[in-house]
Amino acid sequence: MSFDVPDDRNYLASHEWATTDEPIRIGISDFAQDELGDVVFVELPDEGDTIAHDEPFGVVESIKAVSDLHAPISGEVVTVNEALHDQPELVNEAPYGDGWLLEVEPSDESEFEELMDADEYEDQIA
Amino acid sequence: MSEQNREPGRTYDQATYAVSDDENEPLLTEKRSDTVEPGDALPDDLTRDELTLPNPEEPELARHYTRLSQMNWSIESGPYPLGSCTMKYNPPVTEDVAADPNAAVHPDRSADSIQGTVGLLAGLQDYLGRIGGMDAVTLQPPAGAAGEFTGIAVARAYHRANGEDRSEVLIPSSAHGTNFATAALAGYDVVELPSGEDGRVDMEALEAAVSEDTAALMLTNPNTVGLFERDIEAIADVVHDAGGLLYYDGANLNALLGRARPGDMGFDIMHYNVHKTFATPHGGGGPGAGPVGVTEELEPYLPNPRVAETGSGYELVESEDAIERVHGFQGNWLVLVKAYAYIARLGDSGLADASAKSVLNANYLAGQVDLAVPYGPFHHEFAATAGDAAAADVAKRMLDFGVHPPTTNWPEMVPEAMLTEPTEIESKQSLDDLAAAFDAALGSTAEERHDAPSRTTARRIDQTNAARDPRLSWQALDGE
Repeated sequence: MSFDVPDDRNYLASHEWATTDEPIRIGISDFAQDELGDVVFVELPDEGDTIAHDEPFGVVESIKAVSDLHAPISGEVVTVNEALHDQPELVNEAPYGDGWLLEVEPSDESEFEELMDADEYEDQIA
Repeated sequence: MSEQNREPGRTYDQATYAVSDDENEPLLTEKRSDTVEPGDALPDDLTRDELTLPNPEEPELARHYTRLSQMNWSIESGPYPLGSCTMKYNPPVTEDVAADPNAAVHPDRSADSIQGTVGLLAGLQDYLGRIGGMDAVTLQPPAGAAGEFTGIAVARAYHRANGEDRSEVLIPSSAHGTNFATAALAGYDVVELPSGEDGRVDMEALEAAVSEDTAALMLTNPNTVGLFERDIEAIADVVHDAGGLLYYDGANLNALLGRARPGDMGFDIMHYNVHKTFATPHGGGGPGAGPVGVTEELEPYLPNPRVAETGSGYELVESEDAIERVHGFQGNWLVLVKAYAYIARLGDSGLADASAKSVLNANYLAGQVDLAVPYGPFHHEFAATAGDAAAADVAKRMLDFGVHPPTTNWPEMVPEAMLTEPTEIESKQSLDDLAAAFDAALGSTAEERHDAPSRTTARRIDQTNAARDPRLSWQALDGE
């Protein structure tokens, strides 16, 4: 099976992505949503909270598993995707679109260097 | 029969007394149109017009509930190898004992007027203490999870009495979900320990996580993939050296009965799942019991009252340092009476035989099933992997072959896990039948598995919507 890996964003080994253009959005990959199965609940931080690179910031729960969400980059949470509260299925349906999780104000732009680009991530999940 | 059951076009198969396999049993109010009218018997302010009270004849009522029970699955229908749940047959003799008028006394009676019953509870405290290697036992908690909470509350009371306010509970990632919930509910921060490559507690990770903030480590042994934590004495030393307590989750006690005791391994607190290990009915929301045992050092903190034998008989005794009550009276004592009856009937040799056979059965079954088991040697349960197949689909297909499937997709350390625990109750013949059902499900096409089950009353349940949009009250029925 092949998974969608758009090249306009960078990836963390634990399958989260961050866009490179403002506003910086964070979400999980197509591969991750497929592995999880139907997502039933997403627990996210509040606006104004800070998140840290490669550290857990929330939880995604599917019918199969409960998994931590890790932050690709450090920063302050500017916007939370409130739609996921009532429609967690957006994470499955559009992991790179309406299923985004957070918008953040990055505190350390150099962390983008530590993330994988689309080719590297595609190799990881191949 | 009511008009409702005489609809034109309704075939013989659809008649309520010859329901085809896939037709749901109607509600009683749907079966008959005539209803009970409270009439003048009750004052107006005590009656509600919106309620319809069905008015069936007694045989209709009996058929209704018999039909519902036939649509259900139980240990009396066939094998039920649900891993970590220890689904045992509940011997009716224990029900007979609990139904005895001398056991079923009102719990508010004074202890001196029901010495037999109170003495039986003292006997159960003693049995459980001896089985677990614990010095003192409370029978009060009304369920396994309530027992966990009680045990951790006792740990908290102990630390506070020593002037310490420890903030963390350590739990291996493979632990039962209730452990995490218990620690959080008791006000502790949960520190999750990764499992080692061999599926056991990773000693380095444990040593790194333990600190003066550690209130307790919660552990089940054998663990959730059936492995014995062979470093348990070293684990106990690490936790105790830091001033923490070791908590034993009794869910997997069945594997140890009469052969090893948590108290001897260094555990300070444990709960007993009497519905698992001692064959009382699995709750389904009904009354349950989750007794808790502790070492002598922790005894003063067990909830009041407890039963003690004194010079003049059995009395209810209280401790000044006890935590608050966790249930009324002595807990759900008729459940406790059933556990007592089960233990008394098996005796020391019977209990030791049960644990041996539970381990033998799990190992025999694993050998008969064509699935890899990544972690071993295992004891009373094994976590097989369904490999390229989806464990949930294999499980649903097994329903078509007349057995209940194992626990699926858990523990998460095994991909597509099928956690299987046949318990000691199955014969070689029924284990062979169970293995045949595994193989038939694995030998089915992916499409057959995806469409399964096809031979049960209910087909695929919509798990996703049940989780996304749960309806937890009968009132949801009205909303349809």
